[in-house]
This record gives sequence, structure tokens and C-alpha cells, in this order.
Amino acid sequence: MSRWTEEFFIEKGLLLTAVSSIIIIALIIIFIFMEGLPAIQAYGFFNFIFGMDWAPSSGQYGVFPMIIGSLGITVLSLLMAVPLGILCAIFLSEVASSKMRRILNPTIQTLAGIPSVVYGFFGLILLVPFMRVQFGGTGFSMFTASIILTVMILPIIVSVSEDALRSIPQEYKEASLALGATHWQTIKNVIFPAAIPGVITSVILGMGRAIGETLAIIMVAGNVVQIPGSILDPVRALTSNIAIEMGYATGIHYNALFATGIVLIFMIIVLLILANYLHYKKKVTIGGGYL
Amino acid sequence: MHRIIPPKIAQKIMNGVFWASGIITLLVLLVVIGYVLYKGLPVINLEFLFTDPIDSGRSGGIFPMIVSSLYVTFIAVLVAAPLGVGAALYLAEYAGENRTVRLIRFGAETLSSIPSIIFGLFGLAFFVIYLQMGWSVLSGGLTLALMALPTILAASEVSIESINKSYAEGSLALGATKWQTVSKVVIPAALPGITTGIILGMARAIAEAAAILYTVGAALLIPISLLDPARPLPLHLYILATEGISMDNAWGTAAVLVILILIITVTTNTLVDRYQKKMMGR
Repeated sequence: MSRWTEEFFIEKGLLLTAVSSIIIIALIIIFIFMEGLPAIQAYGFFNFIFGMDWAPSSGQYGVFPMIIGSLGITVLSLLMAVPLGILCAIFLSEVASSKMRRILNPTIQTLAGIPSVVYGFFGLILLVPFMRVQFGGTGFSMFTASIILTVMILPIIVSVSEDALRSIPQEYKEASLALGATHWQTIKNVIFPAAIPGVITSVILGMGRAIGETLAIIMVAGNVVQIPGSILDPVRALTSNIAIEMGYATGIHYNALFATGIVLIFMIIVLLILANYLHYKKKVTIGGGYL
Repeated sequence: MHRIIPPKIAQKIMNGVFWASGIITLLVLLVVIGYVLYKGLPVINLEFLFTDPIDSGRSGGIFPMIVSSLYVTFIAVLVAAPLGVGAALYLAEYAGENRTVRLIRFGAETLSSIPSIIFGLFGLAFFVIYLQMGWSVLSGGLTLALMALPTILAASEVSIESINKSYAEGSLALGATKWQTVSKVVIPAALPGITTGIILGMARAIAEAAAILYTVGAALLIPISLLDPARPLPLHLYILATEGISMDNAWGTAAVLVILILIITVTTNTLVDRYQKKMMGR
């Protein structure tokens, strides 16, 4: 084999590995839709999306309560994780000593790496009884789930926001300080506003993770199919619905669970489009745990 | 009412707030890890690690689950590493900026944001049913490979791109072909970064449960062949906890998982540290 043909085949081979991501995405979408669409066709799109009842035994397949459940848990956890995460990111990029940073960065990396079932189990054993004692009820609730999720999405919000804050040119900061602004005024009026696209990207990524989380939520959310009247009511997320029922689903029930997956994919696509719209190039840090 | 807090005082308050947020994050980790180890470490001993579970996990050990975890993770890395590193080499060394490349990047990005349960659904429909692999370590491992792929790709691409261009230029100037340059200069220089990426992909595979819930089965036996069903550690923990089988064994399993993750985090950090020192030392 001549050198030229060898080079040619290697380049094409590498191209093939590169294209594999696209092929995989296409296969995922094809198979989920192939299995899910029959249920949506049979049950009707509006009945499926806006139906209030999910009772496979009597042929009811409405996912609306679970859409609300997923969104509710996600919004609640963002309300807690975003302020804490952004403050922590500012702390890391602006305030912390290098020693503190050397402790906190691996901490955040470890938090990101802990398996979600471990968080779920921790919540089930410690948080659920605590909530039961504090707020009454069973302790399984939308609020309990969102607390566990807060811990789980904190790492991604901190690491991506920190990157965004760090990438602000040093001159901005120096100019502001030279004008006599305090460090806090500089952070508030110069550094943070400049980093906003990155910070929003971090929030979107956290949101994606929250919507996609499955087993940890199952263990603490109560999984009752209902529109919650308060944050202390149990709810079921879209992801949980699939994981709980796939074990014994057959026929149109099986298809309806794939259709639930289609709804999830749409939510993620909306988030991806939003993220793309911001044009913030997420930096990939090798040590960051999150890529 | 416009009461303005004096800047110096605002500065002091905000410094306190920033420190508090950092310390809260630190405390969360200490509480989670501390409690899991506090409850789990007393359960862990050689017998727990190296014997079979008795009575579906009420007592006995977790040896088959450790083997299962290693088995599916090994398959995942075996498949995802060549694909991820190959794709990274193509993107960083061969491709220019064109439509295909943008599409590839978009694909990888999308892949990394798809929820794990969707991978599980796909694995069930594609590997288990369509390709007739059944509930097996093969189906589970391949599903995990899809999840590990974007992680390995992203880390490898960054480490390849961060290599000083003059290395490759020097090699090309000496008359080496593109592939000789890539295989003898670029890959060795980027190896620590690529290794880190592969370990991170591994971490993702080891920690995952939702994606294998309906692809790997839940057998309590040690999987031997590729088509044997298995029960990796996270899945075992999930089943023990949700079915209320044994909280002690669940804590033990959780502690084993947390220790694995701690080992992985320390290893990647050491690797990255060393890598950065080497790059700076130039």
C-alpha cells in the first residue's frame, strides 16, 4: 500500500469515527419515535399532551401532570441552585484564595461524579424523614426532589459560570478598579454583566440535567400522577414515569412510555436551541469533571 | 427610598456572602460523602466485597455486582474510546471548519445532553429487542458506550488542540506524513489528556443506573459471557433501596461507589496536574 492510499484510508477512517455521533443521534431519534408515535397516533396528540389522567389499566394516557411535575421540580431546584451556584462561581473566580480554590474545585468535581442513585438513596433515608417531621405529609414531595436536584445541578452551574467569569478580560476589571470602584462594585457592574451569556448557558445546562434526572427523583418525589397543589405534594416526573412502568408495560402502554420519551427529547431540543442562540462557547476543562 | 449602603460596607457584606456560598457547597459534599462513608464503611469488609449476595441481597456480599460494573464499564470504554479519540483526532487535526464538522460537533453536543433514561429506552428498543442481544452485559455496555462517547470526545479534542503547533510542524518539516506526525507526535503529547478523558467517560459509565435499568437485566449471578444478564452496583443500590431489601447492604454498596468516584477524581486531578506542569515546563 502506498503512503498516499494509507493516508487516505486513515483520514476516511477517522472521519467515520467522527460521524458516529451523528449516526447515533439519528438512530436514537428514529427508534424512540418509531416506538412512540403509534401511541400518540392512537390516543391523539392533544389528549396525550394535555390529558390529565394517566391510568394505563383503563387506557388513559395523558402526560400533562408529569410535564408539570418535571417542570415544577426543575424550576424549584433552579431557584435554589442558581443563586448559590453563581455566588459560588464568583467566590471561586474572584474572592477565594488559591488554597481555598484547591479545596473547592475537587469538591465540586466530586459532587458532579457521585452517582445519582447515591443522592437518591441519601435523600430517601435522610431528607424524606426530615421533611416528614418538619412539614408533615409523607415527606415525599416535589420540594424534597428539588432539594436533591439542587445538589446535583450545582456543580455544572458553578463550573460553567466560573469559566465564563474567568474569561472576562483582565483589563475590564483593572479599569473599573482604577476608577475607584470597590471590588464588589466591579463584580456587580463590570465582571458579572460581561459574563452573563456564559452564566445563562450554565443555567440551561443545569436545567437540562434536572429535566433528565430519573432515579434520584423516583426515590424522593412520591411519584403520584397529579398536578401538585403545593410544593409539598408528591409528583411524578416524565423520566420517572418511563423508569417506573417500563418493567411491565406491553402493547400501547409500552408505546406510550416511548412517547413520554419523545416529550422529553423535545424539551431537551428546546434547551439546546436556546443555548445555541446565546452563542456562548462552553469551554471544556479536562479537570472540570463536567464536559 | 434610596438608602445606599456605603460601598466599603457593601464590600464587606458581599465578601461574607461569597465565602458563605463556598463553604455551604463544601459542607454539602462533606455531609453527603461523610454520611455515606459513616453508614457504609462498617458494612464493607473482604467478605462483603468478595462473596455472592444471599437472599437477593438481604445479606451476603456484592461480588457479582462489582464484576458486573467492571464488565459493562470495560465494554463501554472499549467501544467509546476508539470512537471518541478518533473523532477528536479528526476534528482537531484533519477537519477544517465546514458544514460536516459543525454537524459533528452539534451531534456530540446533543448526545451529551440527552437524558440517561432516553439512552435506556433506546438501548431497550435497539440493542435488546431489535438486535436481539437481550438483557445482557453487551446491551448495557453498548448503551453506556453511547453515554461515555461525548465525554471522551470533548476531553480528547481539547487536549489535542492544546498541543503546541510547532511540534507537529517540526515533524511535518522533517518529511513525516500526516499520519506519522499524528501517531508519533500528536497522540503521545496529548496522551495524558486523552487518558483523563477516558477515565471521565469511565466514571460516567460506572455511576449510571437509569440507562441500564432496562438493558442489562438484574441477575444476581456473576456474568460470564457477553450475553449474560448482570446487575452493576448503581442498579443494585437502586433495587435494594426502592424495594426495601436491606438498608445496610445499600449503604455498603453506596460507599463502594463513592470510594470508586473518589479514586477516579484523585487520579484525574493528579494526571491533569502533572500534564499541566509538563506543558508549563516547556
